[in-house]
Amino acid sequence: MPVIEAHGLRKTFGTTTALDGVDLRVEEGRILGLIGPNGAGKTTALNAILGLTPYQGELRVLGRDPWSDRDHLMCDVSFIADVAVLPRWARVSNLLDYVAGVHPRFDRAKAEGFLARTSIRQRSRVRELSKGMVTQLHLALVMAIDARLLVLDEPTLGLDILYRKQFYDSLLNDYYDRSRTIVVTTHQVEEVEHLLTDLMFINRGRIVLACSMEELESRYVEVSVNPDKVAAARALKPIHERQLLGRSILLFDRVDRQQLAALGEVHTPSIADLFVAVIGSQVAAQGVA
Amino acid sequence: MNTQSNAMPDSFEAQRVAPAVLTATQPLYWSVRRELWENRWIVIGQLAVAGVYLFAYLISLAHLPTLMRNLSAQDPMHHMEGIAAIAMPYDIAAGVMMLTLILMSVFYAADALHGERRDRSILFWKSLPVSDLTTVLAKAVVLLVVLPLLTFAVTVAMHIIMLLLNSVVLAANGMSVVSLWSELSIFTMWGQMLYHLVTAHALWPFPVFCWLLLVSGWARRATLLWAALPVVAIAGIEKLVFNTSYFIATVGIRLIGGGAPTDFSPGQMMPFGPMTHLTPFRFLGAPGLWMGFIFAAACLAVAVRLRRYQGPI
Repeated sequence: MPVIEAHGLRKTFGTTTALDGVDLRVEEGRILGLIGPNGAGKTTALNAILGLTPYQGELRVLGRDPWSDRDHLMCDVSFIADVAVLPRWARVSNLLDYVAGVHPRFDRAKAEGFLARTSIRQRSRVRELSKGMVTQLHLALVMAIDARLLVLDEPTLGLDILYRKQFYDSLLNDYYDRSRTIVVTTHQVEEVEHLLTDLMFINRGRIVLACSMEELESRYVEVSVNPDKVAAARALKPIHERQLLGRSILLFDRVDRQQLAALGEVHTPSIADLFVAVIGSQVAAQGVA
Repeated sequence: MNTQSNAMPDSFEAQRVAPAVLTATQPLYWSVRRELWENRWIVIGQLAVAGVYLFAYLISLAHLPTLMRNLSAQDPMHHMEGIAAIAMPYDIAAGVMMLTLILMSVFYAADALHGERRDRSILFWKSLPVSDLTTVLAKAVVLLVVLPLLTFAVTVAMHIIMLLLNSVVLAANGMSVVSLWSELSIFTMWGQMLYHLVTAHALWPFPVFCWLLLVSGWARRATLLWAALPVVAIAGIEKLVFNTSYFIATVGIRLIGGGAPTDFSPGQMMPFGPMTHLTPFRFLGAPGLWMGFIFAAACLAVAVRLRRYQGPI
């Protein structure tokens, strides 16, 4: 039973198509990275999932229609949006009171426990906190909610590296328990790479790649080709080729690893390299067209 | 397909431990609390106005002993005048606070659904299981209940402080405090004031506030301007076509609590005094009140719908 299931999800703003027939299926316990260039439709897709925007096509989140049933859905879904959205006038204690008052699955003691590890005081107002602290506060609130799905839209945008690392560490250590599902979008791919179980590339409103991380490891191979074997390697139809320190790095999809090992040094590509190979070629093709 | 998908939420809930039960009114209660945290100025503003008024009153107390001496002269002609002169600052205090209430309500309503979009916090509020209906109703409750009751409480507190100040001045001048308390009939005054606040300043202008609420959820900026433009346009058309000004008069008078079939005796400016007759049945039977409620309900319905579509601006 999938946590998110979409068929032919479409969304247009005037003449711009933000989502162009997206099919999506996220199972329980997965950590999905939704990666795409600016304006690819990531945020629109998340907004549709969260019931913040109407859409065409079929979409079910935890069995509910998010657009018509947002308030009920939010009992089981939490989200942190791209920038700090906590109300600046609020005191930390106000937010704890409010969420405890309206959310049936909020554990106030847990949130206070998370906050105790930070330098955030309950008397402080949000406007007095640094950006990193506001994110810590939001994460403390969200982690204290026993939700089934957590949606993160660029949650660490504009934070320094210490806060960014701490953010994902807390998420993995204190929150994720294999029964929860997390969907995250970010431009800092390398930071989430090690925690994802699934990967999805989106470009121009379409899903261009969807696979699990295991699948990624078995499917894609990057070869640092020995200079004398370049022609032989190119004959195997790499999906991408780049130069690094005078050597050709070729990326292959579904080519036998044994065969490639004979051509040079073999390793699994990083998400960033795969992204450049898959999306970069599309963007280049658009540029030519 | 439909029956299958409708069954899904149940199977999901069945997997979880039953959540702590929240009563249906709890989100509304906390949403009203949120409004008061967010708009602390509606409390601070009223207290500030009350403070300034009390300070001015303190200065004016210099005249009180003379007034009381005239009163105790027992001249029936001057007796009524004397009481009126002593009671007047109490009426003015109530009047000043009602004017404050009108201003507060207008500015609160015009910003109510705009502020959360402006500071992007709408994304946070929408991430919680609180419906758009509850959020909009909380704002209506502030206008209909919280603000008028707050004004009542502040005015009563002002009156009590004024009475105490009076008593101190009189006692210091060796005069009877009892006569002051008996002549003022303060409890009747409070009762009439509460009635007046609820009818003329909450129920009667409610449709105007709901209109402001709607526009605050729609306009991207300058909400008061956008709220006023259609009123001006309709008034202009009416003037041009019929050469009348009923519309602008109706809206304007409603806003300041006038024109309500409430408690004004003919020719009386202030709503309290011995001549005042409370006529709740005439008020509740007025078609204008109910037409206003229908308009208010329509505005709130549109505001709820708008909030569903609206995001940060």
